[in-house]
Amino acid sequence: MKLKSNGALALKNNFQNFLFVLPAFAIFCIFYIYPFYKMINLSFYDWRGIGPMHFIGLSNYQELMHDHLWWNSIWHAGYITLIALTFQNALAFFLAMACDREIRLKRFYRVVFFIPPVLSEVVVGLIWNWILNPETQNGQYIGLLNHLLYASGFPQMVHDWLADPATALSTIAIVNSWKGFGWGFIIMLAGLQTIDKQLYEAAKIDGAGTWKTFTNVTVPMMLPVILVVMILTILGCMQVFVLILAMVNEGLVNYTDVPVTRIFSAMQNTNQFGYACAEAVIFGMILVCISFITKKLSDKVKHA
Amino acid sequence: MRRLASVCCCLVLACLAGCSQPPQPSNKLILWHWMTDRQDTLQKLAQEYKEKTGIEVAVQLFAPSESYSQKVIAAAQANVLPDIYGILDKKSIVADFIKAGLVTDLTPDMEAGGGVWKNSLYAKALADKSFDPGNSYGIKPGIYGVPIDVTNEQMLYNKKLLAKAGIKNPPQTFDDFLKDAHLLRRVGITPFVAGWGELWLLDCFASNYAFNIMGEQKVFDTFRGKVKYTDPDWLKVFGVFAQLYKNGVLMNGIVTKGNKYAEQDFALERAAFAFNGSWCVNVYKEMNPKLDYGVIPPPPISNAYPLKIWGSAGSTFVVNAQSPNKDKAIAFLKWLTSEKQQEVLARETNNLPSNRQATVAVSPILRDFSKGMEESTHPNIWPLNEDPTVSEAFDRGLQAILIGDKTPEQVAQEVQKVKDQQMAKHNRRR
Repeated sequence: MKLKSNGALALKNNFQNFLFVLPAFAIFCIFYIYPFYKMINLSFYDWRGIGPMHFIGLSNYQELMHDHLWWNSIWHAGYITLIALTFQNALAFFLAMACDREIRLKRFYRVVFFIPPVLSEVVVGLIWNWILNPETQNGQYIGLLNHLLYASGFPQMVHDWLADPATALSTIAIVNSWKGFGWGFIIMLAGLQTIDKQLYEAAKIDGAGTWKTFTNVTVPMMLPVILVVMILTILGCMQVFVLILAMVNEGLVNYTDVPVTRIFSAMQNTNQFGYACAEAVIFGMILVCISFITKKLSDKVKHA
Repeated sequence: MRRLASVCCCLVLACLAGCSQPPQPSNKLILWHWMTDRQDTLQKLAQEYKEKTGIEVAVQLFAPSESYSQKVIAAAQANVLPDIYGILDKKSIVADFIKAGLVTDLTPDMEAGGGVWKNSLYAKALADKSFDPGNSYGIKPGIYGVPIDVTNEQMLYNKKLLAKAGIKNPPQTFDDFLKDAHLLRRVGITPFVAGWGELWLLDCFASNYAFNIMGEQKVFDTFRGKVKYTDPDWLKVFGVFAQLYKNGVLMNGIVTKGNKYAEQDFALERAAFAFNGSWCVNVYKEMNPKLDYGVIPPPPISNAYPLKIWGSAGSTFVVNAQSPNKDKAIAFLKWLTSEKQQEVLARETNNLPSNRQATVAVSPILRDFSKGMEESTHPNIWPLNEDPTVSEAFDRGLQAILIGDKTPEQVAQEVQKVKDQQMAKHNRRR
């Protein structure tokens, strides 16, 4: 009898606990689990967003495997990410190092470097569209970049940056890096400030120069932070979308396609909701794989 | 604890009860739209309607149009569409809405009294959401939408810039247009701008010439798969774009330019010609009130068939077939498209009215635009449309020609390859 009442009490307590968790659990299920399930489910259908759904099994995935435009878009996103990992993060690292020293106006620089990331991607796209405008009016270049190139004696370098397949993607990648480097800058600056100053003093006493101190103290101490920035950069850049839309609208032929623009186009332009979901599933799996690899790498570095 | 559990149960039951309650007829109509520039005027008219009839119309704006489109599809899936709304998608999607029982057949109301309402509106505008007998979508023939304005896409020319290059009259043929472009280039004026970063505008220009070169039957036969994109006539269509590129007609960056930027370029007199829709009158007026320009259809390249411009309903509303206020919604739309209200809309928003009688209220430039309406065409009134994947490949191919990346022959072969793949896919799935 006592056992039974203990069991009832435990059940009552569990029920009470469950009630407290219920709202959060319900929100999680409705807004995360269900859409995730629905996306996977829809990827097995031929559906135009409304009307009858036709189950087609793995056909969307089969088609996707042979869709060279899709795989090109993955490569394009990879290229943008590569530029960000190298150019953007190197810039962020060295600017963070500069601002970590006792220099004049360092607070001002910190604010200035953090302005691009807080700007909306649409605003950044509009600003850069003006900077890169290739057109002339009354013999003057409208765009700032071409105007400066022309005025400073490099007329041969004046270019239609966003409408040339050779430069369009690189231009977008550089603008994306310009917009994104501020995040890395802030995180790396915070990381640099956590390095114990005594380590630098010890290195100095041991006779280490600037380069040796950098390679033997700064870089090893900063590795976990650099890895975090790398993971954030990869996940952020692989999903670049609004900036591309703001800079080249629906794209330059297929030279500026990235996975998210392909998914958007499949839903918006060609009404292939099932196919778009299959693209999203594959893309999600790629991102999970990348995250898993970088996590493993990060763990290895931490243990080393 | 028990109290907490009881409260939770009550809340769940209340929600369920709320969900299952069928909507009741009321004196309040809800209208969803996407037109930022027409919000104030629509609200003003709704207020006037309330004073007149006692029926309140809540005009709810959801912009931009891409977001609106997604919202309507989501609302359709959840069955929470308002009394009056617009479907911005392709005709095939409109057909899906009708099949799902979400759109009222307005034919009896349009035909009532000898078709007074129907006859007051431009036939081309009505055709936008109408289905003919034997249509390929399997929809019961009828009129399913009410256009509140009409629009068409034509060529615009800057009178001052043309005069500066010594051009007295706007071009009558495509060859004249190319000659004018050379004259303009000689005096340092960019000949032509368009927002061809938005693929539908590029598609629109291409179809103008496709109709002109091969006639509509052959275009539709291509959609049916009976004519190939590698056909000499299609090569001529692709060739139009190759000529524009080779003759230096285009403004730099035209293939990635959004229409807003193209409108700005023309309004600020950076280009002598533009390709744009009749809504541009309002845009140019705001950007440069002194802009002196005229309207012409794109200059034809052939005499074989008439060049047909795109012209159709600008904005069309449909009535939710599941709304308990269906009749009130129809009555409101009838009132909104009557001559007086159409004049207010035309005057205040500078759009072409859908009511033929109200055209007198528009500006001379809009009147020039309206002249093209009767001879216009539009994908929404065609008996069938091209597969969207093929259309996308076609438009991307045109972009490639415009930047000198591919030849018309290469693009034709690529588009035909996509067409073959799509046809094989549809046959397989069928």
